[in-house]
Amino acid sequence: MTAVNSAGPAGAGGAAGAGRAAPGNLADPDGWDQLVPAAPRRSRTRAWRAVLPPLVTFGCFIGLWYLVSYGLLSPSRRFLLPPPQQVIQGGFLTWSQFSQILDGLALTAKAAAAGFVIATVVGIAVAIAMSQSKAIERSIYPYAVVLQTIPILAIVPLIGFAFGFTFRSRVLVCVLIALFPIVTNTLFGLLSADHGQHDLFTLHGAGRWKRLWKLQFPGALPSIFTGLRISAGLSVIGAVVGDFFFLQGEPGLGALINLYSNRLEPDQLYAAVIVASLFGVLTFALVGLIAQRVVGGWHESARGRDRA
Amino acid sequence: MNPVTAAGTPTRRAVAGDSPDGSLQFTGVSKRFDDGTLALLPVSFSALPGELVAIVGPSGCGKSTLLRLAAGLTSASTGTITVGARNAGYVFQDPTLLPWRSVRRNVELLGELHGVPKPERRAAAAAAIAAVGLAGFEDKYPRSLSGGMKMRASLARALTMSPDVFLFDEPFGAVDEITRERLNDELLRLFQARRFSALFVTHSVTEAAFLASRVLVMSERPGRILADLDVPFSYPRLPELRYDPAFAQVTGKIGAALRAGPDGSPR
Repeated sequence: MTAVNSAGPAGAGGAAGAGRAAPGNLADPDGWDQLVPAAPRRSRTRAWRAVLPPLVTFGCFIGLWYLVSYGLLSPSRRFLLPPPQQVIQGGFLTWSQFSQILDGLALTAKAAAAGFVIATVVGIAVAIAMSQSKAIERSIYPYAVVLQTIPILAIVPLIGFAFGFTFRSRVLVCVLIALFPIVTNTLFGLLSADHGQHDLFTLHGAGRWKRLWKLQFPGALPSIFTGLRISAGLSVIGAVVGDFFFLQGEPGLGALINLYSNRLEPDQLYAAVIVASLFGVLTFALVGLIAQRVVGGWHESARGRDRA
Repeated sequence: MNPVTAAGTPTRRAVAGDSPDGSLQFTGVSKRFDDGTLALLPVSFSALPGELVAIVGPSGCGKSTLLRLAAGLTSASTGTITVGARNAGYVFQDPTLLPWRSVRRNVELLGELHGVPKPERRAAAAAAIAAVGLAGFEDKYPRSLSGGMKMRASLARALTMSPDVFLFDEPFGAVDEITRERLNDELLRLFQARRFSALFVTHSVTEAAFLASRVLVMSERPGRILADLDVPFSYPRLPELRYDPAFAQVTGKIGAALRAGPDGSPR
């Protein structure tokens, strides 16, 4: 009490402050005035705590970049990793180059988005079918695993030959890469409904569809979003990879990356790679945001601060 | 019916839907699980309409199996079960609330499953929520409720269907003693108001004696009924009853029956 009062702006010396302590605390909210600003300061600290670690990592990364570029590489080999400012200058600030990259991004984004949407619809549908019957699960699951384990890179050219080096084939590559995490995570979610909850539905005569739509599907949403978040990043990779191999039609980011590396244009090459990964991060974050809106109200994993 | 003949009797579970008097009858009911474990030796007992029968026993003695049999969640290996109810309310050990639904929508769930029109199930839910003392918490999600409040919501959900028979599977086993006593008091108030009949499984002797008009004491697995004791207190029962010497006598008798081995000898 005394401490609060004497530290406050109204505190008039030690003895006087102590003498006024009791009435002062009853009548005026001086003590509270001091306590109140503490809250925003604490939330600002918390914001710093969230932002600072990745910033430090970023700083270290840039430092390492400079170190490799200027320290390890001789000037004649510096094209392998030009320093950051050169990448920014050549790739981002030179409009003719950057606009080319942005055009590539538009195409890649379209393929990735189409692939992601198709993979989501197909993946969830397949998982629902698998959740409804052990026989269906057993007959599909091994092939879902195969789909995941065959080197997509190896079959990308085959897809090109089979379906043409078109937008459609690029989308197909995205779907093939993005499908598996959606299927497995959705299936896991659908099958993890609590025993007691199933009993409850059984007791009240719930059929297959009521059970699916009122119990299994809503309960699976957090897992579905986990799968979607992984697949969002993967479909961007799929779009870049498909494009990288096809090299026909309008060039997307993948074709540009191929072009720049063949032409030994490292500034543009790194700029394109950075744009591609930033786009991947963006889609990842976007799905996270949607997950937060959909399941954030009731599920722990969707909340930002679930760990200390 | 003695166990020997019961062993050869095909299972029957009759639901007397046309005469819902709220009675419950087990005749020579035994249960062997698919893996060969004998969970329940043939048991016979009945609960009269409006009777609250507690089943006490050590964990794993098959008392939950009795409830699952009564509810039809599993089928008996032998014997006959007759449930005189249009519908039975089952209150699980866990609240089994759906975390993505608010309290109101959780309580409405059974109405939804049975195709009750929306205005009706809304009204039934509101009444049930008020009856368990959760008014004002309708829009909360389960994760922001305490254990006791979750159990209240679970109870409210069962109440919406106005069951003639209630099956309680250790519903207050996971809440603290103070909350449990309060929930017991409130359950008795509901019991008096609605006069359903009920089987109440618990491992708490005090809870059993306080709630029930009869207590069945079960042995360890394979379960069988060791004793069928009357609780000689009339309803309404006041919370102070727990500290009555006569109450201590009843709990003492139940405790003694529990401690006695399957052969009746003290262990």
